[in-house]
Amino acid sequence: MNQTAITAAVRRPMPGLGVYNVKLGMWVFLLSEVMFFTSLIGAYIILRFAHPDEFAAPGVVLNVPLTAVNTFILICSSVTMVKAYAAIERNEQAGLKLWLTATILLGSTFVGVQVYEYIHLIQEGFVATAVAYAAEGGPLYGSTFYLMTGFHGLHVTLGVLALLWILTRAVKGVYSSQNLGGVEAVGLYWHFVDLVWIVLFTIVYLI
Amino acid sequence: MSTPTAREKTDWDIPHYAGDHHEELSFIRKYVFSTDHKVIAVQFLVMSLVFLALGGFLALLMRWQLGFPGQPLPGGTLLPETMAPGGIILPEFYNSLVTMHGTFMIFFAIMPLLVGVFGNLLIPLQIGAPDMAFPKLNMASFWMAVPAGLIMLASFWVEGGAAGAGWTAYAPLSASGDFTGVYLGQQLWLLSLFILGFSSIAGAVNYITTVINMRAPGLTWFRLPLTVWALFITAVLVLLAMPILAGALIMLLTDQTIGTTFFLPEHGGEPLLWQHLFWFFGHPEVYILILPAFGIVSELLSNGARKAIFGYHAMVLAIAAIAFLGWIVWGHHMFMSGMNPMLGTTFMVTTLAIAVPSAIKVFNWLGTLWKGNIHFHVPFLHAAAFVALFIIGGLSGIFMASAPVDIHIHDTYFIVAHLHYVLFGGSLFAIFGGIIYWFPKMFGRMMNPFWGHVHFVGTFVFYNLVFFPMHGLGLEGMMRRLYDPTQYAWLADLQPWNVFITWAVFGLLAVQVVFFVNFVASIWTGRKAEANPWQANSLEWSVPSPPPHGNFEAMPIVYRGAYEYSPPDRKEDFILQNEPPRDPVGDRVEPEPQPTGGLEGSE
Repeated sequence: MNQTAITAAVRRPMPGLGVYNVKLGMWVFLLSEVMFFTSLIGAYIILRFAHPDEFAAPGVVLNVPLTAVNTFILICSSVTMVKAYAAIERNEQAGLKLWLTATILLGSTFVGVQVYEYIHLIQEGFVATAVAYAAEGGPLYGSTFYLMTGFHGLHVTLGVLALLWILTRAVKGVYSSQNLGGVEAVGLYWHFVDLVWIVLFTIVYLI
Repeated sequence: MSTPTAREKTDWDIPHYAGDHHEELSFIRKYVFSTDHKVIAVQFLVMSLVFLALGGFLALLMRWQLGFPGQPLPGGTLLPETMAPGGIILPEFYNSLVTMHGTFMIFFAIMPLLVGVFGNLLIPLQIGAPDMAFPKLNMASFWMAVPAGLIMLASFWVEGGAAGAGWTAYAPLSASGDFTGVYLGQQLWLLSLFILGFSSIAGAVNYITTVINMRAPGLTWFRLPLTVWALFITAVLVLLAMPILAGALIMLLTDQTIGTTFFLPEHGGEPLLWQHLFWFFGHPEVYILILPAFGIVSELLSNGARKAIFGYHAMVLAIAAIAFLGWIVWGHHMFMSGMNPMLGTTFMVTTLAIAVPSAIKVFNWLGTLWKGNIHFHVPFLHAAAFVALFIIGGLSGIFMASAPVDIHIHDTYFIVAHLHYVLFGGSLFAIFGGIIYWFPKMFGRMMNPFWGHVHFVGTFVFYNLVFFPMHGLGLEGMMRRLYDPTQYAWLADLQPWNVFITWAVFGLLAVQVVFFVNFVASIWTGRKAEANPWQANSLEWSVPSPPPHGNFEAMPIVYRGAYEYSPPDRKEDFILQNEPPRDPVGDRVEPEPQPTGGLEGSE
C-alpha cells in the first residue's frame, strides 16, 4: 500500500446528515411516498367536499368494527417490527428471526382481512365502477375507497415481500449489530405504511 | 482497500475509488447493464438524443401542415393510411403529433438530458465521490426509462393511434376514448409516464442521498459547484412532484379502463381536479426542466469569463426560492378554466413573485461577465445565448402571469412562443453547451470547435426566426394546437408567416444535423482531451478524460470553492478545488479537513 492509499484510508466524506446511505435513501424515498398518498387523499377530500351526497355516512356501507380490529393488528405489527430491530441491535439472531416472522404474519393477516372485506363489499354492490355500483352513495365513493385502500394494501403486500427477503437474509446470518441497514430501512417503510393506514382509517371509515 | 466507515457498515453496495481495487467486468456489465454513473450518463444521453431527434421530426410534420395545410407531405405516402392518406396529415393524426411532440420533448428529451445525463455525470464527479450512493438503483433507473420510451413510441402503431389529448391530457377529453377516438394509445401514454415516474424517483433518491452523504472532505455546501446545487434542488422537485403525477395518472387510467369516475362529470367526477393535480405536478416540472440549465449556464459563463460567479450565495438562494415558489403557482395555468377568480388573483401574485429570484439570477450572470476576460469558446456562446433568450422567455412569462392579459393570449401561439423560448432557447441551449463542455469527460475527446460554431450560429439564427414571429401570431389570435389556420378568415392574412416559420424550421433542423454529425464523429475522431481542457476548477477536471471506473485515485480533499478563477497570486487563471495550498506556513493554509461527529453508530 503506497502513501496516498494510506492517507486515503483515514479520510472521511463530509458528515452530511449523519445517517448512513441506505437509511437516508429510505427517508428520502418515503418523502416521495408521502406525496403519492397526498395526491390520492387530496383527490378524495376535494371530491367528497364537492359531492357530499355521493358518499354514505360512516358505518353504513363499510364494516367499521372489523376494520378497527384490522387496524389494531397492523399497529401490533409495527411493535413487533421495533422488537426485531431492537433484537439485532443487541446482536440477538434468534430474536430477530422471531420478531420478523411475527411481523410478516401480522402483515399478512391484515392483507387477508382486507381481501375478505373487499369480497363482501363487492357482493353488496359497493364497487369502483359507475355501471355496476349498487350500494348507498354514488360511484365516486367506491372509486375513491378502492383507490386509497387498494394502494395502501399494495404497499403492505410489498412490505411483507420485503420482510420475507430480510428474513431469508437473517436466516443466512447476514445481519449483526454492526450491519443492520436492511432491517432498519425496511422497518422505516413498514412504520410509514402503518402510519398511512391510521390516516386512511380515520378519513375513510370514521369521518 | 479503504477501511469501512460507519456509513459503510450498514450498506451492502459500496462504490470504491479507482485506487482501491480493480475488477474486470464483462462487456455487458461494462456497457449495457453498467452501474458506473458515467456509463449511465452516456446511456441517458444516447436515449434522449434519439427522442430529441424524434420530437424534432414530429414538429416538422406539424409545421408542414401549418404552413401548407391540405397539401401532401413530401414522402408522406410512406406514412400509414391511418395517419396521412395520400401524404395529407389527418386531423386526428395532427392531434397525436401535438401530444407526442410535447410528451417526447418534455419527458424523454429535455428531462433526461438535464437530470439523467448531467445529474449522473456531474454529481459524483463534482463532489469527489467514486459513484452514486446506490449504483444498482441508478442502473435500474435507466432501464426503466427505456421501456417507458418504447411503450410511448409503440403507441403510434396501435389501433386509434397515439394519445391525442395534448401533453397535459386534460379530462374529460382524455378520460374517455369516445371523445378522441384514441383508446389504447391514451392508456399506453399513461402507463409509459407511470413507469418513467419510477425511473425519475429512483434517480432523485440517488442524487439526494449522494449529495448529502458523499461529498469529499472539505467540500462544504457553499463550496459546491452551482450545477450540483441546481441538480440537488431539482432532484427534490422530482422526488416530490412525480408521485403527484403518478397518482393522477392512475386515476385517469382507471377512468379509462375499469370505469371509475374521478374525472368524468356524468357520475359526479370533477374534470377540474385533473387540472389541479396535473399542474400541481406540472409547475414544479417546469422548473425541473430549467433549474439544471441554470446550474450549467453558471458554470459555463464563469469559465468563459475567467471570473468567479457573481453573487454565489444569491445564486443558490435564488434557485431554492424559485423551487419553493414553484409549488404555489400552479393555478396560473388555469386562469381560464372556470376557477374562482379570487384564487386566480392569488396565483397571479405568487407567480409574479418568481420574477424576483429569476431577475437576481440574470443580474448575477451579467455581473459575472462584467469586466471579465471572456474566452468565446462554444460552450460559453451557448450559455450567453441562454441568458439572452431566457430574458425574452421570462418577460413573455410575465405577460401570461397577469390574469387580465392571459384572457387575451391564453391558448394562442404566444404561449407556444413563450414555452419554446424557455425550453428551447433556455434549456436546450444550456444542454448543447453542457454536452460540448463535458464531452471530454464522457468520451475522452473534444468536439470539433469549428462545426460547433457553425451549429451555434445556425441554431441561434433559425431558432429566433422560428419562434419570435409566433409571439405576433398569438397576439393576432392564432390558437395553439390548431390543425388548419386557413379555416379562419382573420388568420388568412397571417398565413405567409406560417409558411415562413415552416421554412425556418427546415433550416433549424438542418443545422441540428451538423451537431449530430459533429457529436458522433468526435467520439472517434475528435482531438484527444487532456484532463482539464477548459482550465476549470471543479473536481472532475482533476482526473483524466474520461475518468477511470471509481473516478478518483483516492478520496480527494477540497480546499476551496468551485469558482476561484484568476486568483491574484498565480500565473494560471484557475485553481483546482483539490490543489493543496502552495505555501505550507502562510496563513492561507488550511488543515486537512477531518469531519467528525454526527455519525450514527460510529462509536
